[in-house]
Amino acid sequence: MKHLLDIGVLSVEDLHHLMALTDHMVEVNQRPIPKVPALRGKTVVNLFFEDSTRTRTSFDTAARRLSADVMNFAVSSSSVNKGESLRDTIETISAMGVDAFVVRHRSSGAPQQITQWTNASVVNAGDGWHQHPTQALLDCFTIRTHLNRRDGFDGLHIAIVGDIKHSRVARSDVQAFTTLGARVTLVAPPTLLPPAVEQWPVDISHRLDELVGEVDVLYLLRMQRERMTDALVPSLREYTAHYGLTPPRARRLQPHALVMHPGPMNRGVEMAVDPSELPGSVVLHQVTNGVAVRMAVLFDLLGSGADLGKTDHPRGEDR
Amino acid sequence: MERVEGRSVMSADDVRRAIVRIGHEVVERNHGLEGIVVIGLQRGGVWIAEALGEALANAEGTQVPVGSIDVSLYRDDVGLRPIVPGAVTALPPLDGTTVVLVDDVLFTGRTVRAALDALNDHGRPRAVQLAVMVDRGHRELPIRPDFVGKNLPTGRHENVAVGRDGVVLS
Repeated sequence: MKHLLDIGVLSVEDLHHLMALTDHMVEVNQRPIPKVPALRGKTVVNLFFEDSTRTRTSFDTAARRLSADVMNFAVSSSSVNKGESLRDTIETISAMGVDAFVVRHRSSGAPQQITQWTNASVVNAGDGWHQHPTQALLDCFTIRTHLNRRDGFDGLHIAIVGDIKHSRVARSDVQAFTTLGARVTLVAPPTLLPPAVEQWPVDISHRLDELVGEVDVLYLLRMQRERMTDALVPSLREYTAHYGLTPPRARRLQPHALVMHPGPMNRGVEMAVDPSELPGSVVLHQVTNGVAVRMAVLFDLLGSGADLGKTDHPRGEDR
Repeated sequence: MERVEGRSVMSADDVRRAIVRIGHEVVERNHGLEGIVVIGLQRGGVWIAEALGEALANAEGTQVPVGSIDVSLYRDDVGLRPIVPGAVTALPPLDGTTVVLVDDVLFTGRTVRAALDALNDHGRPRAVQLAVMVDRGHRELPIRPDFVGKNLPTGRHENVAVGRDGVVLS
């Protein structure tokens, strides 16, 4: 793998491979000194054109735990504010000699475009409403671990609730979950469903109450407050009444069911219960697994040698 | 790994006996099994480490801790050899122990060097000893085994495959 731009292009085998690699990274993270020399001498640039705390910190931690050097490029204090184009920014940083760009951008497709301007690997850390592949991987890894589904998600029923239309997380998760064999139901008011959703491999529901007692995973999306101004939902209170995880709904969850959220949470809106009192909440595990998954991705792109197959070093000979 | 016209150099019985003999040598060298931990290198060394653990238990009546270590994140040629998914490190506490590191084939010594680095991150053993089923020569680093199943002169481009059912040179 040279780039990770879109979770949809990965096969079942690719997903299983990355999750198996993540097992190694989880082991590293549990050590007293959670650091290995695997990416010594590699440079990873975090290029975040959009606000993000957890994703940027997570990639930063992941790169450092593999001993890579990390450059954090803060757009607010950069020449982008002086009018430098994206292309010039990328070519300038590339000229310093970097091995990977981790890119978040408000425009869909920006990471793909960046691959044209650099020889470095590009990891999409979220582009517009399009994709957030590492979030999907960490969600898959969390479900795989907590529901003990190492062989795939056949027979699992996952409900994704909330603002599907504006959510890159939902797009990537739907692709990854269904690739692994899960049945996915999107739960949202019609105004928050994307156009052409009938072509997605999912079921659609407008009533959370019909589903909450039978799903294995309840995945809540962040209700973006700025959507209120677009009049897509009447009010946050009404949203919570129909689509929020309220105490009565929480009591109806199956005992083994997981509650997930990509963060940041709106307490009292989509998460109308205290997640620390929900036995099925794995929200913080998602964050922990995020570091391990991003280590696996960076290692696969920069260190695994998947593209170095043409070496004259026969495999298994060098002991 | 394709096996073309392999030549058998050890039979299944030879391999089994070598493990038993190495077990006795470990006991002799260390005057017993006090503080001994057996660690197999992922993947080829793991089953040999387990068999050696059994051999030690049969010889002395005590079960020593057996673990495994994955060194792919420590290699100096990260990128030349792909990581083996699923072959995760599982180690008992190492501080103050005598580690017997076990691998199937000793060749350049680079894997063993990586393993020594990896061990260092997990604890501080009192001593580390090295047991291999086959020493095929061609060392590139100052590393030597303490216990050897068989010394096998090989060409650089030959391939050595070690299994429970024997050792094949091709």
